This record gives sequence, structure tokens and C-alpha cells, in this order.
Amino acid sequence: MYITVAGNKKEYNDGITVAQLIEQEKVETPQYVTVSLNDEFVENTNFETTALKDGDNVEFLYFMGGGQ
Amino acid sequence: MITLSKENYEKILEHAEKNLPEEACGLIAGRIDGENKHIEKVYLLTNIDHSNEHFSLDPKEHLAAIKDMRQNGLSPLGNWHSHPESPSRPSDEDKRLAFDSKASYLILSLMDRANPVLNSFHIEGVNATNEGLVIK
Repeated sequence: MYITVAGNKKEYNDGITVAQLIEQEKVETPQYVTVSLNDEFVENTNFETTALKDGDNVEFLYFMGGGQ
Repeated sequence: MITLSKENYEKILEHAEKNLPEEACGLIAGRIDGENKHIEKVYLLTNIDHSNEHFSLDPKEHLAAIKDMRQNGLSPLGNWHSHPESPSRPSDEDKRLAFDSKASYLILSLMDRANPVLNSFHIEGVNATNEGLVIK
């Protein structure tokens, strides 16, 4: 099946979960990544159980913050 | 070297002043030319911490900005935030939360309201290097 990740359409195994996608895409600092699936944010507690479907659109947002 | 237009500098400054006493924040995008970065668009985001000591980007606005960059052929270059009461240099927390060593981190100090100071830093671990921001 095909999923668009960060604007790039690629082929992935059927039933891949968000957690597996994060690993496969070698996302850095995954504990600080927010994931959007078809413009809806996925709770990080659901990464392991959220299976992706053909045609899904995924974005990884890297946490940005700080303080003076 | 990293360049920023006067117009985009004014946008950052205006947004930061408007959000006082809270820290203001946003993203920067543009193009990379060898060792040089050119900021072509600045994004003014909401600090969801609503604090004068911390900032976190609004995820929805962050997502919208990333899509806008892609649609306009711009590369994400990093982020910017203000220090309402401290100098233009990365704090310990800024360094701790700087996860992307390829990003530029712009910090606008408003501690002297009549003389705002904006610098850009490369941050890698505990080391921060001034990138030599040129505003023109």
C-alpha cells in the first residue's frame, strides 16, 4: 500500500502502525515527535495500535520549544 | 552566514512586541546555498505555553506552516523565539530542547526595549555558535 509521509508517497507493508512507521523512517527523538494522520493528531499512546491504510497522509512534527 | 530581510525582521519584532510579556515564537523557511542560509519567509505562531519563560509551538499552526513551506518550495530552516527579559543567547533550556542540529535558532532579546537584538545560533548539545545573522 502507498502512504504519503512528509509529502513523499512511498510503498509500505499493509497494516503498518504509526510506531512501526516511526521506526522504519528512522525518526530522530521519537519521544518528542507529534504525528498527524490525515490532518488529525494521533495521541502518542496510540502509536502502537494505530494501523495505517492505503492513501493515508502522515506528517511528523518535531517538537520545538525552549525558554529564557 | 544566514540572511533575513528587513521586512521579515520587522514582522518578527512586531509579533514579539505584541505578545509581551509572553515569549513569542515561530518558524523560518527559505533556501540553503552551500554554507549560507537565506530566510525567505517567517511564520508567526502561537506560544501555547503562554509564558514569559517558556515557549512551545502550536502543533496545528506548525503543521500548516510545514505544508505552506512545501507548497512554496521552501526548506524549513529552523525557528525563532523571543526573550522578553534576557539576552539574545540560548538558555540552558533552549539548548536542551534543540533537537535538530541542522536547524538555525533565532533569538530576539527585548530586554532593552529600545534596542532589540536578534541573533541566530547553531546548537549542538551544550554548544551554541553564533551564525552571523545579516539583516538587509
